[in-house]
Amino acid sequence: MRQHDKDLHPSAKVPSVREEKLTEGRESVGVALQSALVHSIGAEPLRRMLYYMMLTRELENRIERKLYRQGKIVGGVYVGRGQEAISVGSCTLTRPQDVVCPSHRDMAAFLIRGMTPPRILAQYMGRRDGYTRGRDGNMHMGDLKLHVISFVSMLADNVPVAAGVGLAFKMRKEDRVVLCYFGDGATSRGDWHEGLNFASVEKLPVVYICNNNQFAYSTPVQLQMAVENVADRAPAYGMLGEIVDGNDVLAVYDATRRAIERARAGLGPTLLECKTFRMTGHSAHDDASYVSREVFEEWERKDPISRYQRVLLQEEIISQEKIDAMQRQVIEEIDQAVDWAESSPYPEPEDCLRGVYYEDDE
Amino acid sequence: MSPTTYLEAIRQGIWEEMERDERVFILGEDVGIYGGAFKVTEGMLERFGAHRVIDTPISESAIVGAAIGAAYMGLRPIAEMQFIDFISCAFDQITNFAAKSRYRWGAGVPMVIRGPSGGGVHGGPFHSQNPEMYFVHTPGLKVVAPSTAYDAKGLIKAAIRDEDPVIYLEHKFLYRRVKEELPQDDYTVPIGKAVIRRPGRDLVVLTYGAMVYIAMEAASELVKEGIDLEVIDLRSLLPLDKETILESVRRNNKVFVLHEDTRTGGIAGEIAAVICEEAFEYLDGPVLRVTALDTPVPYSPPLEEFFLPKVPDVLKTARMLASY
Ligand SMILES: Cc1ncc(C[n+]2csc(CCOP(=O)(O)OP(=O)(O)O)c2C)c(N)n1
Repeated sequence: MRQHDKDLHPSAKVPSVREEKLTEGRESVGVALQSALVHSIGAEPLRRMLYYMMLTRELENRIERKLYRQGKIVGGVYVGRGQEAISVGSCTLTRPQDVVCPSHRDMAAFLIRGMTPPRILAQYMGRRDGYTRGRDGNMHMGDLKLHVISFVSMLADNVPVAAGVGLAFKMRKEDRVVLCYFGDGATSRGDWHEGLNFASVEKLPVVYICNNNQFAYSTPVQLQMAVENVADRAPAYGMLGEIVDGNDVLAVYDATRRAIERARAGLGPTLLECKTFRMTGHSAHDDASYVSREVFEEWERKDPISRYQRVLLQEEIISQEKIDAMQRQVIEEIDQAVDWAESSPYPEPEDCLRGVYYEDDE
Repeated sequence: MSPTTYLEAIRQGIWEEMERDERVFILGEDVGIYGGAFKVTEGMLERFGAHRVIDTPISESAIVGAAIGAAYMGLRPIAEMQFIDFISCAFDQITNFAAKSRYRWGAGVPMVIRGPSGGGVHGGPFHSQNPEMYFVHTPGLKVVAPSTAYDAKGLIKAAIRDEDPVIYLEHKFLYRRVKEELPQDDYTVPIGKAVIRRPGRDLVVLTYGAMVYIAMEAASELVKEGIDLEVIDLRSLLPLDKETILESVRRNNKVFVLHEDTRTGGIAGEIAAVICEEAFEYLDGPVLRVTALDTPVPYSPPLEEFFLPKVPDVLKTARMLASY
């Protein structure tokens, strides 16, 4: 059955309450909804989400602003500063058997799935104990035991792969879902369109999560696509598309929860477009001179972490002292992780030759 | 006049061709506003306008497909791959639509596909590749890989003026590391012509791209041991300059091939076959190869170091061959 037009793509019609809040920056709007959400989620998961947002921010700050500048990182660095709400709000909802396919600005997805800061840092430093044992770098990492699928540089290549993961669940009638992440620019690739179409035709249990941070390297989204929203593309594939305030972790949580429910119910994939902003250059070597200071300042005011902290304080889920303690804990955890990573050796040169094919002792 | 870098030489070549011929235009990701990820197209948007310097969506297949269409209509497109690794995303358009067009129905596709290739910069498996052989294996394409600033400029101009699709491989390790004085006048370097970088009398190494410098360094070591190594820079991989290769083999009688590409299916195998077919009786030893290992390009410095061919590898092979 085809959904009602508005259902298929609610965003194209009227802006949702939370969307208005995004553009106006008025946090009072939607307070009732916010309270309802807060109570349905519960204090413990709410605090955990804050923790992961703060951990992600600090870990990436350490990588980009310190270790990279000290020359301790091998190769390039891409961070998701200002976008933490997206991977936290969504990945939090996964069960252990679910699968995630993160992309290059989804550090929290790795962390939430159980990949640890020491080994992540070792990965960035090209050390033996990194998740790829020095064979690949930065966020090109995965762990099949934790159901995290490593992506490749070729943007959107993970989109049909996620469909395949969903296909396996469907074939075996398993109650599992897959979350697949990418940026706005990736949606221009043919593989993205092929993957979405296939997932929708087969009604696969996939949640496609776009971080629309409005730039792909230096290219603004208007040069990337002629539609206003990434979500506008969903109806073309007979898929539900939804625009979400990507700087509101509760909004991301709420939308992902509904998308996962639909996936588990056999209703097929959903495309969530999380509107956000890339608060950095494309990578650590890019000063983003093509973005005006005003735009950065405007988005700084919508910072997802301080915004979420205000909500939790207001709802009395956490106290300022607890937040400060959490921050100290995060810093300490990262300090220890850096020490551990730096003490990890580089791989033995000859290790280069191993693992191209299956080896018995794996 | 100050020396021109390899990168600047490419930029100059494109720039001059765009000045000379209004049919020439460039399209790719971040080539306009940003001037390209490596700044090869810096200033071109301002000079030539957005209709000739086109910032595209992240759609390599569309970039190449659109270049083919525009070429049919009489334009001379230059398609940039932000990293040459991403050329895989346009493989079908290149190998099926562009490469077979002239042969099938007489419609030539004069276009250039260019981008940064090669390792040595800790770029990892997806920012370090040398994809030449996928294309060398495809009749209808031409493949070039300059090693000097002079050739970089001369070959990009020749590629733009060529009537057939040319894959132009820039080596990112060389972008800012090599430079030289360039002639003021317009010049091209012919596609399909190798050059002797260093004449020798004992044995010859055939190489291209960044490996030319490894070969030259090895040659200056070997001379101290009384081994006179000739270094030939292939410059074009398709078509291959068999004449220069065979002439050198007949003179030196011992030959090996050095490439940064991986071993199995690399061009060394093809060259060895050509030599065996056409100059076997001149050989005083086996045709050997020094290449990268048969693995993806690893990221961590000790692994990449191990993976890439180095001067000691060349020395070892040269000594072994010299002793025949
Ligand atoms: C197929 C392909 N082409 C080009 C690139 C080079 N590249 C890396 S990231 C990037 C921009 C990505 O933009 P987007 O998908 O919006 O993600 P964001 O970086 O903004 O999070 C580009 C062009 C690539 N990785 N893959």
